[in-house]
Amino acid sequence: MKSLEDLEKKINSELTTKINNTEIKHNQIYIQTDKEDIIDVAIFLKTNQDTKFRQLIDITVVDYPEQNQRFEVVYLFLSHEFNQRLIVKYSIAENEVIPSLTSIFPSANWMEREIFDMYGVSFKDHPDLRRILTDYGFEGHPLRKDFPLTGHSEVRYSEDQKKVISEPVKLEQNYRNFDYESPWEGTKYIKEEIENNDKKN
Amino acid sequence: MTKKIKNLNLNFGPQHPAAHGVLRLILELDGEVVEKADPHIGLLHRGTEKLIENKTYMQAVPYFDRLDYVAPMNQEHAFALAVEKILKIDVPIRAQYIRVIFCEIGRILSHILNVTTQALDVGALTPSLWGFEERETLMTFYERASGSRLHANYFRAGGVHQDLPKGLEEDIAKFCETFPKIINDLESLLTDNRIFKQRNVDIGVVTKEDALDYSFSGVMIRGSGVPWDLRKSQPYDCYESLDFKIPVGKNGDCYDRYLCRIEEMKESVSIIKQCLAKMEKGPIKSLDGKISPPPKAEIKQSMEALIHHFKLFTEGYRVPKDEIYTAVEAPKGEFGVYLISDGSSKPYKCKIRAPGFSHLQSMDYLIKGHMLADVPAVLGSLDIVFGEVDR
Repeated sequence: MKSLEDLEKKINSELTTKINNTEIKHNQIYIQTDKEDIIDVAIFLKTNQDTKFRQLIDITVVDYPEQNQRFEVVYLFLSHEFNQRLIVKYSIAENEVIPSLTSIFPSANWMEREIFDMYGVSFKDHPDLRRILTDYGFEGHPLRKDFPLTGHSEVRYSEDQKKVISEPVKLEQNYRNFDYESPWEGTKYIKEEIENNDKKN
Repeated sequence: MTKKIKNLNLNFGPQHPAAHGVLRLILELDGEVVEKADPHIGLLHRGTEKLIENKTYMQAVPYFDRLDYVAPMNQEHAFALAVEKILKIDVPIRAQYIRVIFCEIGRILSHILNVTTQALDVGALTPSLWGFEERETLMTFYERASGSRLHANYFRAGGVHQDLPKGLEEDIAKFCETFPKIINDLESLLTDNRIFKQRNVDIGVVTKEDALDYSFSGVMIRGSGVPWDLRKSQPYDCYESLDFKIPVGKNGDCYDRYLCRIEEMKESVSIIKQCLAKMEKGPIKSLDGKISPPPKAEIKQSMEALIHHFKLFTEGYRVPKDEIYTAVEAPKGEFGVYLISDGSSKPYKCKIRAPGFSHLQSMDYLIKGHMLADVPAVLGSLDIVFGEVDR
């Protein structure tokens, strides 16, 4: 498909109920789907002659702790033939297991391991689901919003035990998160202007 | 009596000169043939993405220098472009040229390092000695523009931090005249060298199909004959107005990738020359006081400038709620930033897509059936830097 609008129509007409919502912005297509449909959507995008999204650029998860469906899984696709980018998303709850794309895109292997490591989301049918970036024996999932920036444990060489040991983090000074955001929103006329601008966007 | 033959498990790294950093590669060997490779990464993981979520947009820039630390500014570029697109601000033309010049310098820096260390891995010492001299010259250009040789922290959303100091443009132009000769010298040592060819030709062959399936980008995909370069296909900044070629390989082996890198360096020199010729005087960052900090002199005179300065360096600028994926053609491949902003002055999420990550994960596929001695050659031609793989 040459233009993004055509592509949007094509995807909507071919996948119909599998697609919840599509949107074009920043010259990319954003698609909302469901956990159950992601395999079908990925196969369609990869194999269809009019889409040819042959490359899976990345998979990631966004954490929204305050939402019921806490995690939003995001897939980034690229089509070399048509020079287009596409983003597929769906939301899941905390303990849900999601399908793995490794059988369709071999490159999904490490990307899914990274998600498992960083967010604790498990994948069904993944050939080798281990932690990847964190240390051997690490506990917790660092990129969750409720994981503290300083972490839970720190590593040091112990002169007494003559080996590297891990112990709870001790900070000389507590981590300080400065909140510089001013509650002052300006005089009335500025406020109105900002609201008008927001509406326009 | 029959003897049972057992495969040998070998630990390659984490401290190994040919691992190009801290890579622990667990190899399963049948004699000298590699049956399986399992890279263990993360030994340099610093939680960049987590840290960025807790910093303002301006404070996030230095973390990008520390990803692929041999070409720092290319990474900053991806982040700056992402923020600019959400803020919908234009970059002055001079700033665009400066950014492109330094991105191409970064490309040369990275390619020299890769080509020469790859040669070192397969037994040639001289190229690295010659190449590092040039890298040092290039890093002084970095230093003169930004104040530091490596971790530049130079690009900003809306332009660059400061204008180039006097005389730097001339010196870069001089370098562009002398450098092609150095590339030729390097080539005379390597390109037709029998040993270098024996170690690299037909080693680590990647087919077109597999290059796509394994999410390869940059030289890794071009070496296999796919003419794909984001500078051409999805041009950013002023790349559209520049004239350059995309070298493409044929066989997809280590040797073709080496040739691509050599040719790319020559193209980079030509791009820098064009930028220097086209560059005119003018502003080097966005003139919007809500995003770019005012010059120091102005703070002494203007109340508004003082307020802007204070707000920018405490709260930082706010970025409207949006999400975007932007990618640049970094020396190693497609380097992307998936940025989610929530209207505050800190990114809600910033996922970094590092090219080396997907390249390294194909190690098992690339090395299966090769000899142990080919491991450093393949690893060298993947162009791995652990800063970006581990993030």
